Amino acid sequence: MKNIVIIGGGVAGMEAARQLLALGYTPIIVEKANALGGHVASWYRLFPDMTPASEIISRLKKEIAPANVFTGTKVISISREKGDYSLTLDNGVSILAGAVLFATGFKVFDASKKEEYGYGVYDRVITNRDLEAWLSGGEDKRISAPKAIGFVHCVGSRDLKAGNSQCSKVCCTTAIKQAIEMKEKFPKAEIYCFYMDLRLFGKKYEDFYINAQRDFGVHFIRGRVSEVGETIDGRLQVKAEDTLSGKPLKVQVDNLVLMSGMVCNQSVSELVRQARLDIDDDGFLRSRNNIFDILESNRPGIFYAGACTGTKTVPETLAEARAAALEIHNYLQNG
Amino acid sequence: MIYEGKQKIWSDYQKEIPDDHWYYVRSCIRQNFFPASERMFTEITRGVLGKDVYETPYHTTCGGIAYHCDTIPQETVMTIVARQFALMTEAGYENYVASCITSFGNYSETLETWREFPELETKIRENLWKACRREFKKPKYLAHSSDLIYHWREEIAKKGRFRLVNRETGEPLRIVEHIGCHYAKMFPHKGVGGAEYPYVLAGMVESWGGQVVDYPERRHCCGYGFRQYHVKANRGYSVSNTHKKFESMEPFHPDAIITNCPGCPYFLDRWQYVIAEQTGKTYGRDGFGIPVFTYEEIAGLVLGYDPWDLGLQLHQVAVEPFLDKIGIEYDPKAKYLGLNREDIMRPGLPDSIKCF
Repeated sequence: MKNIVIIGGGVAGMEAARQLLALGYTPIIVEKANALGGHVASWYRLFPDMTPASEIISRLKKEIAPANVFTGTKVISISREKGDYSLTLDNGVSILAGAVLFATGFKVFDASKKEEYGYGVYDRVITNRDLEAWLSGGEDKRISAPKAIGFVHCVGSRDLKAGNSQCSKVCCTTAIKQAIEMKEKFPKAEIYCFYMDLRLFGKKYEDFYINAQRDFGVHFIRGRVSEVGETIDGRLQVKAEDTLSGKPLKVQVDNLVLMSGMVCNQSVSELVRQARLDIDDDGFLRSRNNIFDILESNRPGIFYAGACTGTKTVPETLAEARAAALEIHNYLQNG
Repeated sequence: MIYEGKQKIWSDYQKEIPDDHWYYVRSCIRQNFFPASERMFTEITRGVLGKDVYETPYHTTCGGIAYHCDTIPQETVMTIVARQFALMTEAGYENYVASCITSFGNYSETLETWREFPELETKIRENLWKACRREFKKPKYLAHSSDLIYHWREEIAKKGRFRLVNRETGEPLRIVEHIGCHYAKMFPHKGVGGAEYPYVLAGMVESWGGQVVDYPERRHCCGYGFRQYHVKANRGYSVSNTHKKFESMEPFHPDAIITNCPGCPYFLDRWQYVIAEQTGKTYGRDGFGIPVFTYEEIAGLVLGYDPWDLGLQLHQVAVEPFLDKIGIEYDPKAKYLGLNREDIMRPGLPDSIKCF
């Protein structure tokens, strides 16, 4: 039986491995981090049902136990060899694979690039990722009994100046989730969400938004934040425009949470070049066809799953991973 | 505040500033507001630092004020700019330094417009030739004069007699730096330190011993804003903008404000009197205002020039408390004596804000 290499051990890679195991294969996962789980492993709860992320990761880890897993390992070369792919890992292992699945995911936008928001300059400006780590029980001295919190949507998403025109899909709902979570922890805190428009397309997302307003009193302000400054007592002054009332506004908050979006994972660009894979205009990997062949690359035997081709939610990523496993199975059966 | 975060941004916005041979153009209005500042720029660069800084009396306005007041079209402005470049070319220079922030922004905008639309540059060259039979080369380097003082700030510090330090406590003086809007807000990479956290004045303050104050309305306009002031009916907006800035910086108790724009020091200085008249409030200690300086004036003070030779008697807000903190000597009786030592007359002193 031919080898199948999965590059990336996030939820896409793990779910694809789970399905391939069910189909009778023993896939090989190569993950550069020291543990499986990817971005989801550092998340606290997932919308819209507040499912603990750790439950998803634990379940996947348990179910892929029979797979061969290399953590803390990178693929350093890939080349086509008589219909198969020869991969070399940085631990010296070489693998000949009949199929390769890119599940290389995304990078979180570096919020410090949006200089006007002051991430990395003003102490209490944090990101969605920082907040999620704190919610998961991590220490963060920047968060201390806040009386007011602001959330800035679309940080590095739908932003040509930041080099990313695409919507990151998850940020609106994540902001609502985190706003509710902060309200649960600090019921007296005023919470402001600054948004361009709310993209609540998924199942129960709209209910989630209504709950945030009706049950938790979260203020939604349609307008971009223009600048952030620090007051004498270390709080943050946020200037924004309320485009519904047509007025500029200024509020002081104790924490400002920047909803950093998803950008393409350029750390795999050398591998992508070696494999001669096409890159899309947005920097993500280009599918052979965006409707019918979304999981296929321009190279035979190389498949995609998850956010390596564009921004995805966790359910979308899992669904793609299952489908990719089936595509690989069909390819190997028919190949 | 995470200082390292600012340092990281500053490192992303550094510009190449040649060390010598500059063609210098003055501002339309600075010599009326703070007349010794441009004189001090040439004195420091030529006299103290021994640099080649050339200027010509044939230089005119760049058209920036009219442009930003929406009274002349961009094509006219660009033709005026082309003529300035022609004067530089005729003088044999290729490094162009503007004293005015709006001129600097205007030159930057013109060069960027020509880069994006080369056909416009061709048209402007034709306009210039038809109008005055001149031709020009574009500057190899474009700088604002504060860029040059920033570039030579350490040399100035080494030659300096004073530092921006409270002589009694040994503590650095707390300085608000205010950057003209047209310096980097249009083209962040054209300014030292970028648009959000400019370093051009902060670098001077640090090199000369002071401490920079960051406050929430730091980026806000001084209040000039061209149409806010030049359209007389809008002057309430002008003073209310200035008021907003002073309310925001008040809790930080700054010792002084340093600026790099023609309008900013004027409005931050003069409107303090108006605010005091309107509200009865002053923002310095003991009924004084917060003194506002140009960077040339501060450089001159650091180098030990007589405050009255720097033109500080033309400030609305009293500068003496600031001089006393540093320990700079001055003769109060000589404050209103001109260069020829004759009395230049004394202004009436207001009751609302303490002045000498």
